[in-house]
Amino acid sequence: MPKIGLEVHVHLNTLKTKLFCSCSSDYINKDPNTNTCPVCLGLPGAIPVLNEKALTYAIMVALALNCEIAPALVFSRKHYFYPDMSKNYQISQYDGPGSMAVAKSGVLEITNKKIRIRRINIEEDPAKIIYPTGSMLTSKYTLLDYNRSGIGLLEIVTEPDIESPKEAREFLEKLRSILEHLGVCNCDMEGAMRADVNVSVEGGERVEVKNVGSIKDVENAIKYEIARQKAAIIQGLKVERETRHWDSERGISVPTRTKETDEDYRYFPDPDLPPYPISKDLIKKITAEMPELPDARVKRLVEQYGISRKEASILVMDKALADFYENTAKLYKDYKKLANLILNDYLRWLNDKNIRASESRATPEAIAKLLSLLDKGVITIKIVKEVLPEIVLKGADPDQLIKESQLTAIRDLEYLEKVVEEVIKEDKDAAEAAKNDPKVINFLVGKVMKRTGKRADPQLTNELIRKKLGV
Amino acid sequence: MISQVVKDLKEGRLDPEEYVERYYDRISKFEKKINSFITLRSKEEVISDVKESIKRGGRLAGVLIGIKDAISTKGIRTTCASKMLEDYVPPFDATVVEKLKREGAVILGKTNMDEFAMGSTTETSYFGPTRNPWDLERTPGGSSGGSGAALAAGFVDLALGTDTGGSIRAPAAFTATFGLKPSYGTVSRYGLVAYANSLEQIGPMSKNAEDLGLLYSIIAGDDPRDATTIPYEVKEVPSEISVNGLKVGVLKDILEASEEPVKGIINRIIDKLSSEGAVVEETKLGYAEYALPAYYIIAMSEASSNLARYDGVRYGYSKYGDGNWKETFSKNRGDGFGLEVKRRIMLGSFILSAGYYDQYYVKALKVRRLIKNSLDQLFAKFDVLVSPTMPILPPKLGEMVDDPVKMYAMDVNTVIANLAAIPALSMPAGFYNNLPVGLQLMGRYLSDTFLVGISMFVEKLTKIYDATAPLQ
Ligand SMILES: [Zn+2]
Repeated sequence: MPKIGLEVHVHLNTLKTKLFCSCSSDYINKDPNTNTCPVCLGLPGAIPVLNEKALTYAIMVALALNCEIAPALVFSRKHYFYPDMSKNYQISQYDGPGSMAVAKSGVLEITNKKIRIRRINIEEDPAKIIYPTGSMLTSKYTLLDYNRSGIGLLEIVTEPDIESPKEAREFLEKLRSILEHLGVCNCDMEGAMRADVNVSVEGGERVEVKNVGSIKDVENAIKYEIARQKAAIIQGLKVERETRHWDSERGISVPTRTKETDEDYRYFPDPDLPPYPISKDLIKKITAEMPELPDARVKRLVEQYGISRKEASILVMDKALADFYENTAKLYKDYKKLANLILNDYLRWLNDKNIRASESRATPEAIAKLLSLLDKGVITIKIVKEVLPEIVLKGADPDQLIKESQLTAIRDLEYLEKVVEEVIKEDKDAAEAAKNDPKVINFLVGKVMKRTGKRADPQLTNELIRKKLGV
Repeated sequence: MISQVVKDLKEGRLDPEEYVERYYDRISKFEKKINSFITLRSKEEVISDVKESIKRGGRLAGVLIGIKDAISTKGIRTTCASKMLEDYVPPFDATVVEKLKREGAVILGKTNMDEFAMGSTTETSYFGPTRNPWDLERTPGGSSGGSGAALAAGFVDLALGTDTGGSIRAPAAFTATFGLKPSYGTVSRYGLVAYANSLEQIGPMSKNAEDLGLLYSIIAGDDPRDATTIPYEVKEVPSEISVNGLKVGVLKDILEASEEPVKGIINRIIDKLSSEGAVVEETKLGYAEYALPAYYIIAMSEASSNLARYDGVRYGYSKYGDGNWKETFSKNRGDGFGLEVKRRIMLGSFILSAGYYDQYYVKALKVRRLIKNSLDQLFAKFDVLVSPTMPILPPKLGEMVDDPVKMYAMDVNTVIANLAAIPALSMPAGFYNNLPVGLQLMGRYLSDTFLVGISMFVEKLTKIYDATAPLQ
């Protein structure tokens, strides 16, 4: 069995500010180096001051992951020279003398398995490096954008308890759902959740793949590494301890040029940031104010809406999807039918377009209205499926959409009878066969549907054909 | 007295131009010899600021002040006496500078110092050494030597210094001026270019005790931009303090270890205090022999970390060649830093590295705690501890700077207050062959204004205040 451990980096992008200064945490799509100040640029004399909300967030995550919480928040400086570092040290946390991580020894349960959490750290993100040619090797110079410098991060480190790419995916999806339910991270933002992946197979050393940008990529990187390492061992080659980089374009990991050595980060407690005591009262207060977590929500959805556990789990895996379901359920009371539509057709369109529920433009009102129109027989299920992408992707209003494109179901008996007669007349063989075979009736219904641009009411058409054939 | 100057300027008895002219006159005559400023503002600019400031009012309306060049001043270059920051102009004011401006003070210039405050003689400055106005062959002490010398030369009447291990008090002692290392956390460090964050404070320097108290009351107070400041209301300086019954501890071992002339002058003051009714008793500080190594271990460790940011990428000295970033960083740091700075960065990096951290840094923190405990015990018994500020007379230029161990040893009396976070004040005690000797007063945590009160009393005994060196 391969051993897999994850170091997940989560942007605290709902903090409003960076971790230690008042610059905005919303750094994306801003002109380079406009979201900065003396603190996050590391100017001489600038001093970091903690946004205390970050501690609340870290404690919430620690509680959700069943961790032990430290008696004090202590920041340490992690020293290494690198062009993206504004101070050439990162304000982070360290488990060592006089220092500690904000939380440790937790657990997150996935299907039939517990993944242990080693520790949770709060730290700051460095600046963003931009290579003008897109590659470090061919660029003559490097551009730096400090808009991201100083954004708060949670580092969540697991024990190497994960044994397959699928488990890693499930772990990350559940973690993401927890983070979203806690409101500590808008995980849809670019780069909001990244991971370093440690993979080792039997007979080889641990290989670290750095900075993998999405859950899908983590799964692919692990698949790739397991295959690569196993192949090497079969060929009698050594798998040595190294750091690799994930090339998501090509779907392969490549060695970084730096030699793997145990770098000495010369950690010591940051003298600008006095230890911040974490009292029992504070933990109690945060515990009392914890929002509903995914596991509890799944249970509640099953009870409240009568849907299956599996259905509820899929909904809750994406907080925005579960929110959407519940908001729509306030307007539309056939909860099972609603779940069915959302989990099959609605979700299929999201997946097709590779977007998450939060990016859908559909409103609960639109979906409720769509289902009511179906119930009233104004439109057919086929029409529902057909207009759904317009609603999801463009935010179209179902009334408007159906009116404009004349998609209402045809229930005009006289007209339908005429079409049925035509169809039977045209295909006498089928009409004869239909007398003994219901499948052929369906075939004839299909022909009517086609002729009416899918607007014929299927139930009504079926009845008319039977009547005509005397079945 | 500054309070009188403010009044005279406000009420028109003192012409602002005449007032400013007086200082620029002296500066133009003697600054070449002293080298107390790294950056001096133009007279016209300063006169216009003074006039403006008098109109707006404030406790320092129109008063000139010299600011140590380790303190950020918006729009005025802040070099830290380093080639690394030769052209660096901060886009923001330090909190203390904001406070001074709010009270109407006008910056005259930025004073010379040891590079990144690393030194005790103001000789490691990239801009050349500052000389002692009382004897041009000698150093004014350091690292705030430019501020001390500017006061003693009569270039300015108020100045800010910074004190990491004695950097305000050494120059105060060697230039016959007043300097206070405030209780840690009472003055914001926001905008102070960091040398050793856990030890240093910005502090007032002046020519008399009253001005010292005034300047301290203006710069002190908590600051949301510096998490190490404490909620703090500055107490009034007690006027008319009496030493009758004051419990004075004399740090005997420190006194004994001082040069004879220094010892003699301090002993005379102690005798005077005694005859004024103070209860004087000799005492000893525990772990004093470990104070200096502990101090240097902590200071160098923090320095090695603080100075990592100077790589030439965002600001500061940089020469881009063909090399990669590593080569460029190395070149910038190699060329931009002076010898003493490099020495401390290397020692600090060594101390913090794996395997040595526990052996040096963690032990130094233990010593720090023990010294603090020892002082707590002493302050249960005494109201104030007295000693010489410096164990020696002002050394000659070159005498110390080439022998780091000798230079570090100069700080033996002063580092204690930084390790223990307590206030310490240096004031003129007397002269030996025209060379100033300083008296150090150390008090309980947050007794800063009480110490200033005592210094006011001692000032009356010594009759040394507003001392200006007789420059020719
Ligand atoms: Zn900022």
